[in-house]
Amino acid sequence: MTALDDTRQLAYIAGQASDARVNVELETEGMTLNIGPQHPATHGTLRVIVKLDGERVVAAEPVMGYMHRGYEKLSEVRTYPQVTTLVNRIDWLGSFANEVPFILAAERLMEVEAPPRAQWIRTALFELSRIANVVLFLGDMGVQLGAVTPVFFAFRDREFVLNQIEAVTGGRFHPNFDRIGGLKDDLPKGWVDETKGVLGRIRTFCDEMEDLVTGNEIFQARTRGIGVIPADVGLSYGLSGANIRASGVDWDLRRDGGVGLVHDQLDWKVWTHPDGDSFARYWVRLQEVREACDMVEQALDGIPSGPVMAKVPRIIKVPAGEAYVETENPLGVMGYYVVSKGDLVPYRVKIRSASFNNISITPWLLEGTYVPDVISILASLYFILGDIDR
Amino acid sequence: MIPLSSADAEATGVADEALVEVQADEQRDALVAALADALGDALVESHVEPGVDVWVRVVAESWVDAGRALRDRCGMAYFDFLSAIDWMPSPYGRDMDAQVDLPVDDGAADVATPAGGYETGLAGGQTRFQLLARLHDPVGHVGITVKADLAGDAPVVGSWTPVYPGADWHEREAWEMFGITFRDHPNQVHLYLPSHFEGNPLRKDYPLLARRVKPWPGIVDVELMPGQEEDDAGDDGSEGDES
Repeated sequence: MTALDDTRQLAYIAGQASDARVNVELETEGMTLNIGPQHPATHGTLRVIVKLDGERVVAAEPVMGYMHRGYEKLSEVRTYPQVTTLVNRIDWLGSFANEVPFILAAERLMEVEAPPRAQWIRTALFELSRIANVVLFLGDMGVQLGAVTPVFFAFRDREFVLNQIEAVTGGRFHPNFDRIGGLKDDLPKGWVDETKGVLGRIRTFCDEMEDLVTGNEIFQARTRGIGVIPADVGLSYGLSGANIRASGVDWDLRRDGGVGLVHDQLDWKVWTHPDGDSFARYWVRLQEVREACDMVEQALDGIPSGPVMAKVPRIIKVPAGEAYVETENPLGVMGYYVVSKGDLVPYRVKIRSASFNNISITPWLLEGTYVPDVISILASLYFILGDIDR
Repeated sequence: MIPLSSADAEATGVADEALVEVQADEQRDALVAALADALGDALVESHVEPGVDVWVRVVAESWVDAGRALRDRCGMAYFDFLSAIDWMPSPYGRDMDAQVDLPVDDGAADVATPAGGYETGLAGGQTRFQLLARLHDPVGHVGITVKADLAGDAPVVGSWTPVYPGADWHEREAWEMFGITFRDHPNQVHLYLPSHFEGNPLRKDYPLLARRVKPWPGIVDVELMPGQEEDDAGDDGSEGDES
């Protein structure tokens, strides 16, 4: 006997249906949900207060400051070489890249140029820190959406990259290796060949990600068409890096910036994606890791011989002036506005970090989305809390 | 000036750079000219460093107009950052050689209003607080730094949020760190600091407590180079170490 044959059953179903209709017509009560401060999607301690109407987000307000360390104030009482120790800790997954724009700004003020060998090694380390950073994103993006395997692959293969960085600089996360006028040391023996072997592993990792994640139906369903950022909105919010290139903006400071690295002498390509959704941001980053592997390989082949340090005074006094240098860091555009009054210490350092601008779009972007998409969007925007709070 | 640049630069590389510089210079001059055309007298001063960068200073009343003109007429679609500079020298002294921070003898009030005006940076300035913003043209690949002098100890200026929505958080940060109020800002509340926090930490007269309670050991830590005499350890680097 089916339910429709039984009159009592039929009446029950009709009652349920009318109840549901009544429920739809009634106003649902709003609810406020705290995401974080401790949440795996937040890479640190970001708290997002979302106001919900059912499953739909009515308003989202990120709350920062749990990790604010006041680097701009501290920089005003540190000598120039000491500041690199601070800025190392801004984006802790790609630390070496944090030092580069600050050192370049100081070098511009002092009118020092690093010798070619130092510039090439800098570029190689810069791109290696990009690999170490973005590889973790690729694994992490999966785990946010319920696929746990990729993150193990990511941690496994990132370790090889960190080993190479450690072999040169002595530090896995905080290299503090860049100096005004060059680098602290030359490369250790046999490092170039070993690094090329590691690049092979990373390329394999990218292929694995392509197989495991990119084509996965669930992954596609949860990222395609989710969190679409039009190019003009992204620009007005100051989005940068893969986030803006995934919206179809063909802009990369490594190609267009012309600062003291040697990217212009390497053969590589800027990847963009027209969609501007979560999937596009993931996809662009995956391609960028591959490009970074190519760049490191070319940089290693091209390292000229010579010193790694230009002649600089032992105690560094930077002539009065102002300089702003920004580079294309793993998370996006990172810049330092350095004001010097001719002292041992900077007069003012404004740190323009990528994640701060990247995450400032979230109130606009999250409005009208659904709760599960909040995680997908936050994961794909890819921020590091140290890079927001500074 | 100490001759510091690397001697390894090749002749051909230098020639290429010079070529690029001339081209970029025209681009930046045209940018300043376009802005001057849009703003008239509101553009106070400009400074172009050929091939490197450009700074302009506008009057505070035209701050919002300057942002709009740069976006609509100069192609500056990309909002980079907004912040401020406090040009008042710190009353606590800033020399790294000092083992303790000592207030300067003539008193903070005199420092706050020096007779000869403040010593400011590129594109000039007269007031203690200077607004600082950076915009970028993602097509022409040129950036610009915009400054504005803000009068008084609790300055007020128009908000850029209607022009660049990304300025929202930057203005909140400038408000709590420097005490600059942005007119018509939609949500002028603390960003990083707790809501009951008092003071503006990035102002130069806001003491850094860690430095007040303990002398900074940084200068002592400078290690001697091999073969360096102990007597040179305390030098200020003005003679330089050419070895």
